[in-house]
Amino acid sequence: MADVNITVDGRKLTAPAGTLLIEACKSVGIEVPSFCYYPGLSLQGACRMCLVEIAKMPKLQTACTTVIQEGMAVTTASDTVHQARKAMLEFVLQNHPLDCPVCDAGGECELQDMTFSYGASESKLIDFKNHKDEEQWSPVVFFDRPRCILCYRCVRVCGEGMDVWALGIQNRGALSLIAPNQDDHLECEECGMCIDICPVGALTSGAYRYKTRPWEMNHVSTVCLHCADGCKTTLGVRRQGSGNQIVRGDNRDKSGINGDFLCIKGRYAFDFIEHPDRLKQPLVRKNGTLTPASWEEALELVALRFREARDTDGGASMGVIGSSRTTNEENYLLQKFARLVLRTNNIDHHRTADFPAFVNALSGRAHATASMRDVLSAPAVLLIGNDPTYQHPLLAWQIRTNVRLHGARLYVVNSWPIKLTRQAKEFLQIPEGAEDKAAAFLAGDDSAADALLTSKTTREKLAGFREKLQGEQNLVVIFGSELRGQELAALVRAAARGAKYICLGDHANSRGAADMGLYPDLLPGYLPLSEAARFGEPWKSVPQQPGMDLEAMVAAGKERKLRTLYVVGSNPVARYAIDPFALAETFVVVEDLFLTETADLAEVVLPAACAYEKSGSFTNTCGDLQLLRKAGDCEGVKPDLEIIVRIAELMGFDIQQLAPLDPSGMRADFGESRGVQSGEVDQQAIWNRRQGYEPRVSPFNPFAVLKEIQRVVPGYNVGQLELLSGNDVHTATAGRAPGKTEADRFILPSHENLFTSGTLGRYSDVLNRVIEARLRLPNEKEKEIAAD
Amino acid sequence: MQFSDQLEKRFAELQTHYPIKRSALVPMLLYAQDEVGHVSDEVVHEIAARLDLTDLEVRNVVSYYSMLHTKPIGKYNIQVCTNISCMLRGAEKVFDHIRQRLGIGHKQDTPDGLFHLEEVECIGACCWAPAMQVNYTYHENLTTEKVDEVLESLRKKETQ
Ligand code: SF4
Ligand code: SF4
Ligand code: SF4
Ligand code: FES
Ligand code: FES
Repeated sequence: MADVNITVDGRKLTAPAGTLLIEACKSVGIEVPSFCYYPGLSLQGACRMCLVEIAKMPKLQTACTTVIQEGMAVTTASDTVHQARKAMLEFVLQNHPLDCPVCDAGGECELQDMTFSYGASESKLIDFKNHKDEEQWSPVVFFDRPRCILCYRCVRVCGEGMDVWALGIQNRGALSLIAPNQDDHLECEECGMCIDICPVGALTSGAYRYKTRPWEMNHVSTVCLHCADGCKTTLGVRRQGSGNQIVRGDNRDKSGINGDFLCIKGRYAFDFIEHPDRLKQPLVRKNGTLTPASWEEALELVALRFREARDTDGGASMGVIGSSRTTNEENYLLQKFARLVLRTNNIDHHRTADFPAFVNALSGRAHATASMRDVLSAPAVLLIGNDPTYQHPLLAWQIRTNVRLHGARLYVVNSWPIKLTRQAKEFLQIPEGAEDKAAAFLAGDDSAADALLTSKTTREKLAGFREKLQGEQNLVVIFGSELRGQELAALVRAAARGAKYICLGDHANSRGAADMGLYPDLLPGYLPLSEAARFGEPWKSVPQQPGMDLEAMVAAGKERKLRTLYVVGSNPVARYAIDPFALAETFVVVEDLFLTETADLAEVVLPAACAYEKSGSFTNTCGDLQLLRKAGDCEGVKPDLEIIVRIAELMGFDIQQLAPLDPSGMRADFGESRGVQSGEVDQQAIWNRRQGYEPRVSPFNPFAVLKEIQRVVPGYNVGQLELLSGNDVHTATAGRAPGKTEADRFILPSHENLFTSGTLGRYSDVLNRVIEARLRLPNEKEKEIAAD
Repeated sequence: MQFSDQLEKRFAELQTHYPIKRSALVPMLLYAQDEVGHVSDEVVHEIAARLDLTDLEVRNVVSYYSMLHTKPIGKYNIQVCTNISCMLRGAEKVFDHIRQRLGIGHKQDTPDGLFHLEEVECIGACCWAPAMQVNYTYHENLTTEKVDEVLESLRKKETQ
């Protein structure tokens, strides 16, 4: 677009035609105050805080709704402007209760900041203030009417941003108030976006309200540990008891791939951490019951039994199950532990997508995977299967925002009119379970059309749909776990110009678990076992025979051929409905947060730290790598990384071969200080250096492992600096899984929705309360009707 | 929800007036209120469905307008203007008189359900102030006597 020249406060500036004055000012660092204006949402012009003088215009103008014109001369700071803003504030404060001392927003409130800047400290009005008691609209959302300044941000973000439209505005003038969709309560996605966007403390969250003051918290930026989208989140932590307690989750600086967005899980579901059932002490089975034991006792027992099994029956009698929720470093180390220490390829994890087939299909094509950021900017998106609104909330947000702000064209193929069809340009409704056929058809196989016909989907419609897609350049193709093996490959190969792909897995690090080689037949980076030697000298001993997958391990257990099973952060017994007796003769070791169905069968249970309690990295389902930083503490637990290394050491393995020691850069935490992991200066290290002592290096250093990953795992050699500064870095799929073509039958989608998150969700009070409230609603209504 | 054929016809005709569906909302609400007596939850729901709006959006609009009622009101809605012209010509006296006569105040109903009283802003009859509107009928150049006549005739009409 052509550029326009304007002058603001005597400074000349140039911006593209169509730019709003408020944004043009921002681009040269001139801040025009605003309440109702919010980038990315529709214009409201409700608060009149942004008034500025424009030469030749008779009255003050709202900078948030004025589009710049050639030659405009603007004054943003004059007595008149100042006076007007002060008056607007006085007006806003007329009914404001000024309960800042107890308000959640106190200290980070935009109204406080403005009042501070413009000093509207006196009011000429002597009327009584309108009062309305606070209301609870859902387990998550509370509303304090008197604090509301009627900026409509909440209404717009819920409607335009979330496409939920649960908030409205009722009455008129000074009596206006924000209203929930169900008279006195909300039925919505409980995302908390409205709370986050509220410039004052009118909307507050059940999880955080009246708990602390913003300045009493430290803010740790890390990655959400729930779904596979990898939202960046900022956890507010506060010193409490023996360590740091997480009191708030938000996305404070909006700098991540998720921008403004977090769903209910990222924002509030960190409370499982403090669930009373959390394991905080190792348990060892004595006389048939799991009994609390010391870490020494538990770890020594595990090491002893592992060594015995390996040395008598060999690695083939041992199994390892990894997790799609532990970090890349832990997963990498776990498979290294299995392959080098236990000398077995019997390693697997809960697979939720066919990543090997995906990578295989992409081999030889650089830059063919889309990042989460691409979804926000792509000119067109094709979505096959899945229901991102519930399973990948961030992805759904990106798609919606792209359609709304950039006019992206969305094509949806699904057996159900999912919510995103509201944004779709074209929707192809296919019979249930026919996603693979749809992929085949879109890839050019006309014979697949028969299986796709429904009352709504005719042959002409199919052909038209495909034709339109073929005309799309730089398409982002997204598909759920419905697509596997050959169909997946066919679709990917049939790529149009510049197409990029996203394969949707289910938990926070499902992609990472696959990338790190938690497969019986694949090494990290999806390399075949025959290439083990490229990982270094010790890897030459890795057995060349593929190991057992989960199913085979269970079968071996039944035949009493599985002597040990080491389960890290996974609950296969419940997920795969495994017969508990199958493992009766196996020495099962489980590392987890809670006593899961699997842990219940174990001989030894080791309490693990969750991803908010350790550092490391996650790879989201798109392949975006991000760093986790330790935020909270939990007494008595250890990160899986440390547990793995300690077991290896107790087994007599030279741990230098397992866990790289890295004296340069970062050191891990020995427990004396919270150290660099949490973003604090490592005082101990500085003192050591001053005294001329050797820097102490720890074998439990996730960053040293990450360095090794970056060195040896194809696709992961990305910039450290970007990562360390808290940015997401897209990994390449440089690996090449051996050409397996049959669909992976072990893929088991986890079917999480907005309010569930596997074991973690079961122990989250917030999620449970929301689920209960939603179940309760219709019943209560029925009761009322019955009583009438 | 069932509306009369006449109203249905009116709705159908209304829809043709506007390029955007939801623009028909306010007149539809008014006409429905005239027929049903007030804007009930059913009316809200029905109109929302017809215009592809959420119930909430319809309620947002209903609550904005004081002329839309969500609860049943007296059969005759007496709206007395007390805005500037009428005020200067004795509207307050008129309003007070009606209050006493009916024994009800602003936004209240007589127990027999016959009258509803409201103090309203300018009804555009300034030239003949003071003025009031009973449902859709205007009464102008009011005096207390004239008001009594109006009330009496309405009552009579009911008992006949
Ligand atoms: S929590 Fe989310 S869905 Fe619910 S009202 Fe607020 S913005 Fe809307
Ligand atoms: S509740 Fe908050 S976001 Fe919503 S209108 Fe009021 S002040 Fe604005
Ligand atoms: S969308 Fe996924 S990653 Fe983002 S906050 Fe929700 S659960 Fe966490
Ligand atoms: S920011 Fe411009 S009117 Fe509110
Ligand atoms: S002021 Fe009463 S009709 Fe105008």
